[in-house]
Amino acid sequence: MNYREKRLIKIGIVLVIIAVSFGIYHFRGINLGLDLEGGTQIVLEANPEEGQEVTEDQMETARSIIESRVDEMGLSEPIIQRQGPRRIIIELPAVDEPHEAIEAIGRTALLTIRDQEGRELLTGEHVVNARATYDEHQRPIITFQLDSEGGEKFADITERYLGRQIGFFLDEDQLTMGTVQSVIRDQGQITGFESIGAAQEVAMLIREGALPVPLVVEETRHVGPTLGEISLQRSITAGLIGLLIVSIYMIIYYKFPGVVVALVLAIYGVIFLGTLSGFGATLTLPGIAGLILSIGMAVDANIIIYERIKDEIKSGKKIKTAINAGFKRAYRTILDANVTTLIAALILAYYTTGSIRGFAVVLIIGLAVSMFTAFVVTRIILDIFMDTRLLKSEKAFGAQRR
Amino acid sequence: MDILGKRKSWYVISSVLVVLALFFLITNGLNFGIDFLGGTMMRFSFEEAVSNEQVREVIAEYGFADEAQIQQTEEEGIPHGVVIRSRDIDPDHTGMIQDIEASLSEAFPGSVLLATDSVGSVIGEELRRNAIWALVIASVAMVIYISIRFELRFAVVAIITLLHDILITTGLFAMLGREINTPFVAALLMILGYSINDTIVIFDRIRENMGLMHRSSFIELANKAVVDTLPRSINTSLTTLIAVLSIYLFGGAAIRTFMLALLVGILIGTYSSIFVASPLLVTWGEKITESE
Repeated sequence: MNYREKRLIKIGIVLVIIAVSFGIYHFRGINLGLDLEGGTQIVLEANPEEGQEVTEDQMETARSIIESRVDEMGLSEPIIQRQGPRRIIIELPAVDEPHEAIEAIGRTALLTIRDQEGRELLTGEHVVNARATYDEHQRPIITFQLDSEGGEKFADITERYLGRQIGFFLDEDQLTMGTVQSVIRDQGQITGFESIGAAQEVAMLIREGALPVPLVVEETRHVGPTLGEISLQRSITAGLIGLLIVSIYMIIYYKFPGVVVALVLAIYGVIFLGTLSGFGATLTLPGIAGLILSIGMAVDANIIIYERIKDEIKSGKKIKTAINAGFKRAYRTILDANVTTLIAALILAYYTTGSIRGFAVVLIIGLAVSMFTAFVVTRIILDIFMDTRLLKSEKAFGAQRR
Repeated sequence: MDILGKRKSWYVISSVLVVLALFFLITNGLNFGIDFLGGTMMRFSFEEAVSNEQVREVIAEYGFADEAQIQQTEEEGIPHGVVIRSRDIDPDHTGMIQDIEASLSEAFPGSVLLATDSVGSVIGEELRRNAIWALVIASVAMVIYISIRFELRFAVVAIITLLHDILITTGLFAMLGREINTPFVAALLMILGYSINDTIVIFDRIRENMGLMHRSSFIELANKAVVDTLPRSINTSLTTLIAVLSIYLFGGAAIRTFMLALLVGILIGTYSSIFVASPLLVTWGEKITESE
């Protein structure tokens, strides 16, 4: 294979990478963090009573109950994940009343029937169905059914407490308290709701069952859609303005090779977005810091290469030899500088969570892509224009021959 | 250009900056945000200007009004913004956030709750611990890598330079009283990455010159390395600064503090790799020759 064929194959590979990156980005898009797009994030942590162990089973059950609660509330595209042994993270892209949702999602929601002294008589585990509806007086109520074992027990209780008061409790909240009028076996109703909405929520919680272990809300973050949209648009505009000025500066300073930097930056952008989208990583505000840093380093890699080539031209070498030598000498510099930063980024990604991890992940992807564009893409583009006047001109690379 | 010959002057400048930073860190302390201490932050927008006192009056019934921090914000699209911060509202009591939202929108129709952050003290403490651990371990790993690729003294000097940068940036934040939050930590990490990258590029040239210029003294070859890489140092920081500056200017108030940290960090990072890292290498070399 001769030089020209090799170069053609290289160009082909780069074009395929660009096309694939663009395709992935186009069809999968980028996950935006809630600070950029708006949404709600909730971190729940197991808070067992003293001496109680939290098991893997309990956490998994808790996760799946939360998942069905979120589904039943009709919240779109939720992400519900375990984090570590005791935490569950819930991300909701768009909720109108986030704090109401948080309350309902994180509740233990244990239904109990108690007597006036607060003694527990029966728990909600025997409830097989619960629905919100209206009674004959148009008051919102919940009707429920019990399984056969629960039915036996309930019949027993209502017989014992005939003419006395018993109440329904959800966790520590009293839903209703009333006098037992007759013996009830397998179905009953709960009254005392302010609205049909409140009844629906409680019915949902009873239906999905109680969490096996109490959870507390450790963290909530909510960004309304307006604010998210404003920050995203602003950041994109600002970033584009920045890139444009950088490109103009590079062209003024390095002449035609500066145009190559602008082109390489555009290619860098496409491959970066494609890789980010391919890994399903989430872009957050700190992630943008990582992006700026990696763009800075992508430009830096080109500057290092160009300065080396300039040195070689100044020392009297022909353009072809100068470019070859320049790349060779810049290689070690760029590698050591990027690998040192990469080490720090990898350790960060491993030890942290949330948005700092987002920063590290973006930085890792950015560094890898920037090394590829500097060593491969810049090289190929310079090779293509090697024999043209654009590169042979005295002013190219901003070098003045001594 | 004799940069390293004047190293005593650079040491004086850096020492003054570091002492100033320490002074503000001790006297003012850092304004740790709720990300680290736990608590709740609420951002509201109003249709008309509402004063801090008016807000305080409305939220007085919830009991935390006296210690709450209330701050006015103004940016494009959100002309009358108010931020309320309180360490007393736990994330497990989101009901209170709802109540506050309701009270405010009753008192000032058209008010909107734009964003809330509520962090428990456990998570805050964990964040602090993890961030410090990650920094320590990353530093050790970088020392090992630089020692293998260069020499141990290059590694030690690189880390001292990083500490210098981080200290001065945090000192500036202590002086300005800006909030220390998660994005600030990310900004510090970016400064760390930028500064180490900048330092390594110059060190690489010194390493190269050590192989090429056998007859020259260390200070000569190091000075040549710094001067030869100067165009690159200036171009790189200029281009990165342009990107950061454009986001600082056009990116909106929410990320301005964050961008300020980046801006300062890039300047300090560039300065330190030229005027701190390389001179320290020379001084280290001198001390060794003297003691031999």
